Amino acid sequence: MHKGNFNISLKNISKIEGHTHMDIAVKNNEAVSVKLKISENKRFYRDAVKGMGYKAAPMHLARICGTCSPAHMSCVCEAVERAMNIRISEQSRALRELLLLGNIIRDHGMHLYFFCLPDIFGVDSVLDFDKKKDNLIHNALHVKEAGNMLCNAVGGRAVHPPFANVGGFNELPSKENVREALKELKEARQYALDFIDTFFVKDMSFKRDTNFVALCGKGFSYIDGVIKTSSGKVIEEEDYREHLEKVIIPYSNASAFEFEFKEFMVGALARLNLNKDELEKSTRKDCSRYLKVFPSNDIFHNNLAQAISVVNAIDKSVKMLESMDFKKEKIPEAKLGKANVGVGVIEAPRGTLYHMIGVDAKGIVNRSEVIIPTSQNVIHLEKSMVDFVNAMLSKGISKEKISMNVERLIRAYDPCMSCATHFLKINWK
Amino acid sequence: MQKKKLGIFSFTCCEGCTVVFIELLNNHFFDYKNRFDFVSFRQLKSNNKTGKMDFAIIEGAISTASEKKKLLEIRKKAKKIIAIGSCACTGAPSNQRNNFRPEIKKEIEKQVKALRQLKTIEPLKKYVKVDILLNGCPVNITQLEKAMEGL
Repeated sequence: MHKGNFNISLKNISKIEGHTHMDIAVKNNEAVSVKLKISENKRFYRDAVKGMGYKAAPMHLARICGTCSPAHMSCVCEAVERAMNIRISEQSRALRELLLLGNIIRDHGMHLYFFCLPDIFGVDSVLDFDKKKDNLIHNALHVKEAGNMLCNAVGGRAVHPPFANVGGFNELPSKENVREALKELKEARQYALDFIDTFFVKDMSFKRDTNFVALCGKGFSYIDGVIKTSSGKVIEEEDYREHLEKVIIPYSNASAFEFEFKEFMVGALARLNLNKDELEKSTRKDCSRYLKVFPSNDIFHNNLAQAISVVNAIDKSVKMLESMDFKKEKIPEAKLGKANVGVGVIEAPRGTLYHMIGVDAKGIVNRSEVIIPTSQNVIHLEKSMVDFVNAMLSKGISKEKISMNVERLIRAYDPCMSCATHFLKINWK
Repeated sequence: MQKKKLGIFSFTCCEGCTVVFIELLNNHFFDYKNRFDFVSFRQLKSNNKTGKMDFAIIEGAISTASEKKKLLEIRKKAKKIIAIGSCACTGAPSNQRNNFRPEIKKEIEKQVKALRQLKTIEPLKKYVKVDILLNGCPVNITQLEKAMEGL
């Protein structure tokens, strides 16, 4: 049994995206505070983008984050296009969707196979698996590579895709790259499907009444739709910001967000809870057993939701690539002459992403706001952690085991601290 | 043959170059696992050490005193340092605040102090000798692949 008072301090939490620490204070055998601390390597992107031309803003702001750069890129492009009255073609919209599908496969792949898989098999790292697991790793790498190839074909590169641009795409996917990506995606499908059962873990569970929030579109679009909540709200993209309330967290110098003054959660679990009927037909058929789980308020089902989303992304991108014949188009020009503001909302791998861009009459950026998924989840994460730790304390679970499980729950939220350093704000006393 | 000790480190950046390395693993996972003992790789393992190593692959620019201290420590322990990506090689774009206009510099001054950041954000070579520079934003995957062959 524990003595009543102690601290759990996790430094440099591994197997997540970016740097972070967590402090948990326990008094009289009860968790009294949980603090997620974000490190100090802020890079001042919002300040840097002011004074840039509207065309330069997306590729610059995409540098906020390496792994979700296609998501930032697409979201800022959408915001700029709305500010500058640019209408993109159906083909460009489809290419943007395909880029995000590729990003979903490789980013969820990295999180599931490299960050979470070791937890499930009780090893520290994907590098520690013995030979018996070679096949499993081989299959995981195959799925990840399929997503990488889709990003390469459509975006020109998986990280900071050079083909994506304001108004459309600078270059179209070559026939050869599309053929290769299709082959890889089709081969990877069965592996992605087999992995779902691996992430349907039974040994960990943490249920919590939650208001889930996600952009819900036709065909499970990651770009277009309306924002829905499990409390029953339906919100247009440009009105999303009005529902979010900024909360300053003094100990991490960060600002987080509440939805209508309450904590909420975005991400793969939210998307499946709110929009699973829009998944591809083939996905719904082959994943029916697992889809019955949703809507779910078990945070660990975020991993299961990601595993299903990978299959859906494969099915949807294969269908799109097979039916499309890419044709060279002229990228539409902006109409200058009026100061304006544009909002972009998309679903990034980790949840709803918001970018606002203000431009002057010459198209020079004068305002920018970014709200990333992790800053929307952080209050929910900290509150969950208090309950999660208390449940373990009451069962007399050891401090070491509690620390391990805490890391697993953090990973289930799939936070992105590279993005998060961006939302650092100072609380002036 | 004894495995070479390899550390992967990340300073101030978007971590896109490590993501490129992780994509490289799609085709080289078993090869690299056989050739290298990963002594530090925060994205893939806990229990990371800055002990003696043959190679340190580093992404990101140096923005704080603690990052500078860690870099100097890595230099002492690593036979070779490979800087990957633009932030590690040139500082940019993570160092963009160095060149802000005076009025914006003034606006962010308090934040920079409160975050305990150094006066300027600098590339690795400002503080230590770097043996191999692989520039690009992100690092070019083919160049990284070639460099890995040579280690």
